Amino acid sequence: MRPFDYQRAERLEHASQLAADSETLPLAGGTNLIDLMKLQVETPQTLVDIGRLSMGEIAEEGEGLRIGALATNTATAAHPRVRADYPVLARAILAGATQQLRNKATTGGNLCQRTRCYYFTNIDQPCNKREPGSGCGAIDGVARLHGILGTSPQCIATYPGDMAVAMAALDATVEITGESGERSVPVRDFHRLPGDTPEKDNVLEPGEIITAVTLPAPVSGKHIYRKVRERSSYAFALCSVAAIVDMAEGRITRADLAFGGLAHKPWHDPRIAELLVDSEPSLALFDKAADLLLEGAQGYGENDFKIPLTRRTLTAVLCDATGVEA
Amino acid sequence: MSVHLKQDSVDDRNVLDKTGQGVIGEPIERPEGLLKVTGTAPYAAEFKIPDCLEGVLVTAPILRGKVKSIDRDAVLSMPGVVAVLSDERMTGRAAQGMANAAPFQPAQDVEYWGQPVALVVAESFEEARDAAKHLPIEYETEEGPIDPAAVETSPAQDPTRQGDLAQAMNEAAHSVDVTITTEGHASAAMEPHAAIAQWDGSSLSVHASLQMLKFNRTELADSLGLDESKVRLLSPYVGGGFGSKLGISQEAVAASIAAMELGRPVRVVMSRQQVFQTIMRRTETQQRIRLAADADGKLTGFGHEARISNLPNEDFPEPVIQSSQFLYAGENRLLTLDMARIHRMTAGSVRAPGEAVGVQTVEQAMDMLAEKIGIDPIELRLKNLPDQHPVKGMPYSSRKLAECLQQGAEAFGWEKRPRKPRHTREGEWWIGTGVASAARIHAVVEAKARVSLQPDGTGMVESDMTDIGTGTYSILSQIAGEMLGLEPKDVLVRLGDTDFPPGSGSGGSMGASSTGSAVFLACEDLREQLARKLNVEPASMVLKDGFARWDGGQKALTELLDGDEITATGHFEPGDSTEDNLVSSFGAFFAEVAVNHWTGESRVRRMTGAFGFGRVLNRRTARSQCLGGMTWCIGNALTESLLFDPVDGHLANCDLAEYHVPVHRDVPDLQVLMLEERDGAASPIQAKGVGELGLCGGAGAIANAIYDACGARVFEYPMTPDRVLAALERV
Ligand SMILES: Cc1cc2nc3c(=O)[nH]c(=O)nc-3n(C[C@H](O)[C@H](O)[C@H](O)COP(=O)(O)OP(=O)(O)OC[C@H]3O[C@@H](n4cnc5c(N)ncnc54)[C@H](O)[C@@H]3O)c2cc1C
Ligand code: SF4
Repeated sequence: MRPFDYQRAERLEHASQLAADSETLPLAGGTNLIDLMKLQVETPQTLVDIGRLSMGEIAEEGEGLRIGALATNTATAAHPRVRADYPVLARAILAGATQQLRNKATTGGNLCQRTRCYYFTNIDQPCNKREPGSGCGAIDGVARLHGILGTSPQCIATYPGDMAVAMAALDATVEITGESGERSVPVRDFHRLPGDTPEKDNVLEPGEIITAVTLPAPVSGKHIYRKVRERSSYAFALCSVAAIVDMAEGRITRADLAFGGLAHKPWHDPRIAELLVDSEPSLALFDKAADLLLEGAQGYGENDFKIPLTRRTLTAVLCDATGVEA
Repeated sequence: MSVHLKQDSVDDRNVLDKTGQGVIGEPIERPEGLLKVTGTAPYAAEFKIPDCLEGVLVTAPILRGKVKSIDRDAVLSMPGVVAVLSDERMTGRAAQGMANAAPFQPAQDVEYWGQPVALVVAESFEEARDAAKHLPIEYETEEGPIDPAAVETSPAQDPTRQGDLAQAMNEAAHSVDVTITTEGHASAAMEPHAAIAQWDGSSLSVHASLQMLKFNRTELADSLGLDESKVRLLSPYVGGGFGSKLGISQEAVAASIAAMELGRPVRVVMSRQQVFQTIMRRTETQQRIRLAADADGKLTGFGHEARISNLPNEDFPEPVIQSSQFLYAGENRLLTLDMARIHRMTAGSVRAPGEAVGVQTVEQAMDMLAEKIGIDPIELRLKNLPDQHPVKGMPYSSRKLAECLQQGAEAFGWEKRPRKPRHTREGEWWIGTGVASAARIHAVVEAKARVSLQPDGTGMVESDMTDIGTGTYSILSQIAGEMLGLEPKDVLVRLGDTDFPPGSGSGGSMGASSTGSAVFLACEDLREQLARKLNVEPASMVLKDGFARWDGGQKALTELLDGDEITATGHFEPGDSTEDNLVSSFGAFFAEVAVNHWTGESRVRRMTGAFGFGRVLNRRTARSQCLGGMTWCIGNALTESLLFDPVDGHLANCDLAEYHVPVHRDVPDLQVLMLEERDGAASPIQAKGVGELGLCGGAGAIANAIYDACGARVFEYPMTPDRVLAALERV
């Protein structure tokens, strides 16, 4: 850990002003940032603690719900509206980390959590994300956790979280405040693909602070969050599926799907809903959906298994959602 | 008074069954339990020592080579930094268990990625850590092999050859020939390696987290070039060892050197990553099992050929085939152990070295053989229990294996039938059951303990023995209490200090039988001393509740002692009794596992373990040991695996988020049956080792249950979803 300055922001403008400095990072629950500072992966000169800003509220907004950036994962997952109207979100959050971590983890911090790539967290290894231009240790290395969709020769890391996958399925929106004002970005566009600039995880610019995530009006359907992992808790997803699927008269009427553990962002492919909606569910149809999803998929040796695993997990979720017998 | 016993003959007097207090076996709570759950039991790094400096180890980010230069000045000017040490005496590796000599020196000859090469000392931990990350070191690098499968091997021990296995396989009515692999394991103890060293100008005192103090003292003294009498080690509480703290390791040696050089106390605590990267690993293994059987299912041939690895110049060979020597019959035998030399951190003792990976593979092969023959797998095992050691011919001192299989089956609700997979499905999950035998060799080592009766009638036990979370404090208070007629709470047990007589240390499940026997011997002597005071035969005197009773009278111990303290030191040494007999603990595992049809995720739904390990000294702590072992079986079977980079050989998953030990949700209801035995060859207290038994074979029961559930035979441990899916696709 490098020595650093600590500032506590009393007002939002103050926070974004301070965070506009490229050597400054906002601190929320600290469950990711402090770990990475200890490993010297993150070396901010200044931490601006946003924990005292009043961004912890979860409140009705129109027919939807606005979840403050500082609402803890525990509070969000336990919120009656989330449980009643957005169960996929509650399930995704509860599938992540541990109770202790969720008590500290916040909405904003969870969205911005960094990859779990082993090479990113080991400063004695090459990593383009941590040190642009140093190379990617994972491509020829231990790539078990790594991506199969939207990877680049510079980086094959995954966004490791669960909460954002459900938010992508729900088509939620991230609210952001920066020095130059406010903007909203769909969760589906918040994280980036690595391309040639893997050091940038998401679209936040220096000084921009996430203030909330808003969920649109609830939609009917079965809410499923399916996370495949080696041990049954306290492990990141090998692959995960967030799904809201509805049926009427034997046909699929809604299929909002997003995928975790596969890419540098929660993966959402609009073609899947186009294919599924208005169709009669069947194994053959699900297979076609998997074909679409995995069209450009590429494994890196150790994670080749994710391709068939994702196909099978998607099928399992769709069978569960539609009642098709395997 | 000192009493010495070298145990050459079987002790079947069963003294502890005849004494009167009745506390042996009782599930008493740990005397130190409250301290531990309230966080007030001090672990090595937690002692408050004034003026203490903080040291952080600097590790080499290269596979192999030499330190050419260290630019000390670059960090000496950083805030708080006091010194940068790269002393010749620093050790690059930990000592192997019971090495009793300094580990590999100097640390500056790098043999594996992450080897400590220097120590930065500063006023605060944060300053030391920051400076350690900034210390410029130049290396001369060398290449070295890192892939255990790609190098030539050489025999790690003399093979066992009897008859002609190849011919037996040819002539067999039924046979199995299968190769199974296991991956490296980490001990993953909760407490990281830590030491605080203090030097007063002539002698050294070190708070450390260690399992076997008498050996560690010699190892540390030898590393430093000090006389042993100048070194004192203190480890009253150890937050888990699992083999990783058997030998002295890098942080204790470095802290000692720093304290001696700087004249101030120095604390060195390894980071979690350093513990993973520099402390012993269990080797990965590749094991070929061959079983030949006649038409009745009697084994005619038994082969177990294992490949292991270690660093150059490390002797320790993971004894994969240890219990294969005697577990099952088969006249024609071939058992081999071959070593590959590669540059990964030292391979050493990690939780039940040998059997923890060597039994489960045999048990998978037995399951396959039972299927081929078409009989119940328990029946196959019962048919093949030898009457004596299949090669050496000595008798089993005790063996409850058949009873464990039978009573365990009953308790578990085992359906006796030939295995036929895919019989039960619940939604997406295939459900199956599996069985495996358990075996773990019993060992004892020399141990001493001092026991005294205080004038107030309470007892005291002192030994440098450690309690690494296993319950040693409890059982020693029970043995002394039983022998001296005291409630265990009236016996103060003091451990983990080399100023006390040298016990066995904790390791290899030897502690209870070895140090427990030393306590027992000391107490026998105290009983004689009391009997002499009363002028009666010791055998005719009953000690109970603080009173001595004999034919015709009774007297309180306090009265009898009359203001004096009486003391005896017990000195136990193993002798011929464990040479003339085959002494081993045995048991059986039963597992019910659910395998997800879609994802290949496997989850253990329930598990039963039935174990015979001699006398049960404390049903609570013994059961906890069995529970812990069975939990490790789940990790071993399903999740645990060290992942090494194929390019530069470094360990990639080096924290508890990514090295997957089982979490609570992975561990279902575990049922433990303990079958009492009296094994007088094992020790004068008729106890055998229990700590490790619970993890020797159980992963095989889980593997067999996976097969019974979904029809996939997986031959790679751990059986992660990708591997199960790949095997499912082969079905
Ligand atoms: C062992 C372990 C296991 C875990 N397992 C899982 C899992 O299975 N699934 C899962 O989803 N997660 C898991 N997590 C990750 C956990 O969810 C995150 O650490 C947590 O959500 C981060 O939130 P925080 O508030 O603590 O963020 P912090 O650590 O405070 O911050 C994280 C990052 O976000 C930035 N940031 C924080 N708030 C804002 C804001 N409002 N605006 C802009 N930037 C901000 C910080 O600058 C920092 O870069 C695990 C974590 C650990 C340590
Ligand atoms: S995958 Fe990305 S994060 Fe991992 S080493 Fe490569 S560049 Fe770094």
